[in-house]
Amino acid sequence: MQKSLLITPELCTSCLQCEMACSFEHGGVFNPAKSRIKVFEFEHGRRAIPYTCTQCAEAWCMHACPVEAITKNPETGAMEVIDAVCVGCKVCTIACPFGTINYNADTGKVLKCDLCGGDPKCVEACPTAAIVYVDSDWTGYDRMRSWAARTDPQPAS
Amino acid sequence: MSWQRRVLRIDLTKGTAEAEALNMEWANAYLGERGLATKYLMENMDPKADAMGPDNVLIFATGPLTGTMASTSGRYAVVTKGPLTNCIACSNSGGKFGAELKFAGYDLLIIEGRAAEPCYLHIVDDKVEILPAGDLWGGSVWETEAAIKAKLQNPALKIASIGVAGERGVFYACIINDLHRAAGRSGVGAVMGSKNLKAIAVHGTKGVTVDDPKAFMAVVKDTHAQLAASDGRKELTVYGTHAMIDMMQEWGSLPTRNFNEVQFEGTHRINPAASTAKNANGHQNLLTNKACFGCTIACGRIAHIDAEHFTIVNRPRYRGASGGIEYEAAFALGPVVGVDDIDALTFASFMTNEHGMDPISFGVTLAAAMELFEMGVITEADTDGVALNFGNAEALTIMAEKTGKYEGFGRILGLGSKRLCEKYGHPELFMGVKGQEFAGYDARTLQGMGLGYATSNRGACHLKHDTFAADMEDTSGNGKAQVCKDSQDFTSMVDSTGLCLFTAGTWGMEGFQRLLDSACEGDWTAERLTEIGERVWNLERQFNLAAGITADDDTLPKRLLEVPAPSGSAKGKVNELDKMLPEYYAARGWTADGVPSNETLARLNL
Repeated sequence: MQKSLLITPELCTSCLQCEMACSFEHGGVFNPAKSRIKVFEFEHGRRAIPYTCTQCAEAWCMHACPVEAITKNPETGAMEVIDAVCVGCKVCTIACPFGTINYNADTGKVLKCDLCGGDPKCVEACPTAAIVYVDSDWTGYDRMRSWAARTDPQPAS
Repeated sequence: MSWQRRVLRIDLTKGTAEAEALNMEWANAYLGERGLATKYLMENMDPKADAMGPDNVLIFATGPLTGTMASTSGRYAVVTKGPLTNCIACSNSGGKFGAELKFAGYDLLIIEGRAAEPCYLHIVDDKVEILPAGDLWGGSVWETEAAIKAKLQNPALKIASIGVAGERGVFYACIINDLHRAAGRSGVGAVMGSKNLKAIAVHGTKGVTVDDPKAFMAVVKDTHAQLAASDGRKELTVYGTHAMIDMMQEWGSLPTRNFNEVQFEGTHRINPAASTAKNANGHQNLLTNKACFGCTIACGRIAHIDAEHFTIVNRPRYRGASGGIEYEAAFALGPVVGVDDIDALTFASFMTNEHGMDPISFGVTLAAAMELFEMGVITEADTDGVALNFGNAEALTIMAEKTGKYEGFGRILGLGSKRLCEKYGHPELFMGVKGQEFAGYDARTLQGMGLGYATSNRGACHLKHDTFAADMEDTSGNGKAQVCKDSQDFTSMVDSTGLCLFTAGTWGMEGFQRLLDSACEGDWTAERLTEIGERVWNLERQFNLAAGITADDDTLPKRLLEVPAPSGSAKGKVNELDKMLPEYYAARGWTADGVPSNETLARLNL
């Protein structure tokens, strides 16, 4: 079963534990500036929106890459950057409609979410379950169920 | 590791910015944030210097755990000499600015001198610029943050700034970061204004590492789980500190109408239940809760005002959401001025954030002005035609804006309660200690709180000790001296870590000890940390003694010492400071005059 990150912005408090967990997992440093998931705040903090790569099946970044440095991990479905191959041309950063793949000047390579190989650390770090890791085929399951629960009961005959 | 081992020193007189190595001997003896900044302050200025003069030094300090994955790791402290008190000022704040300063590679930012013209700092890692702020001067905090992000084309900047209150020297002006988090007390914003420094904008990309990552992450996991399971944490998440208002009302320690009463009849209209109830227009004050950097509690409130409310009906600018009322703002903009209109409180709170001033000191100062007004000592001729009666919600909101913008009678309110009461010949109406106004806890009902107020190194303060449990157990002053002393030392240590005090009730010493021991090089035992806390407290005391403070200043107003509580669980009682204070000095190893003895200083390596 493939799994996906499912983000519920209403639950996000903007604590940035996810950004620290991400940067620590990938670089051993707590460094939100190098995180592959970012939280954006709007309206003085009324809304906080975690945002990261959705792992497109036909990924723009993968198709745009001239050296085939971006490949799909068959187990996780994640589009992963092979650092040894990446030449830092940044074409993928232009191709991604969502802006979720970005250049890192410190390494000369691009950074994107790789689902931590199937154990995403942002999910573990999130204190409010705003980020969860669920069956890719059923990311809508809980929402569907909650709407189903609101259906009026059968009127008494 | 955990410390960045670098200090950024800015001399605004000379216009220079230089990085220097952190003194690790001091870091090992004072930890970070509050403690380490106190040591640097002591070594870098004469405590007798004018708080508003160029010789005062303004320090922004992170702790060793700031910017790590430990919960609540967003804290930083501002340490300087406070103009409100002429004592050492130590105001800490959350939000995201502190962690960003650490990510830029600095433990401390030391600001000296005075710029000839308004300026602001732009810090991106090693690149530091002192930029002109002529066009920002006169703007609010909210305007300043937006203008700097637009001008520098960098939405990732985290900004700490002052409003007009800080520029013009309102004695309790604060420094606001991230729109509504405040280094709130003692007038640290006025010091920033006196230096012609409008704002500090930081972006950091260096990150923070720890000494033993594997061990640290295991402790992080444990301590996160402890918080997740804690009832105290749950209450903070759901109700914020605002929950205290119902407890204080019931207990009879909710200062009302300038401390003339200890219970407020309008509490149910401004409490957490009121903030989540729908009014006649279907409007609900509270929108959501919000975390500071790294915090898994998220006690912050985000609220908005009913668009039909008198404060904003013609001001659409204020229809949006911003930081809502937390307990101290609720007390200081509510009961102590007798106001029970939750949207008026929220508007006044927005004003204190937008213009950068401490809502506690503002509210308690307004309360004294209201008492003077009701006594007939001041009239509408003094107050710009505003009837300053207790309970007048419109007067509250008008004066919050006037004080924030330094206009009309707001300039007098900006003096703080002590100077205002002296100006009108009634010093006895000042409700505070060492020039700083009380927080929302009456010291007749809460005896240890009174001792904490009297002995706090930054003037009256509820955050530098923790005697709650003891005070709720026993309404006498018995045994409070030791509890007060021990909790002051513990709190001094917590304030030096880079974490928030709101974890302390869940973690106790053990959580901090384990986090520090895995994050920092060397052995960090509970004994060592307790000693650091005591050392910090005594060094702050030494600063104050050198600044001219004496044991005579460790006192409370007559209203709390001589006028019995009119109701509540301690009805008929006064504060027993005369009994507790000598016990406290003895517990501290100080002389009867409140001076640390030579033995105490030697024991603490001071």
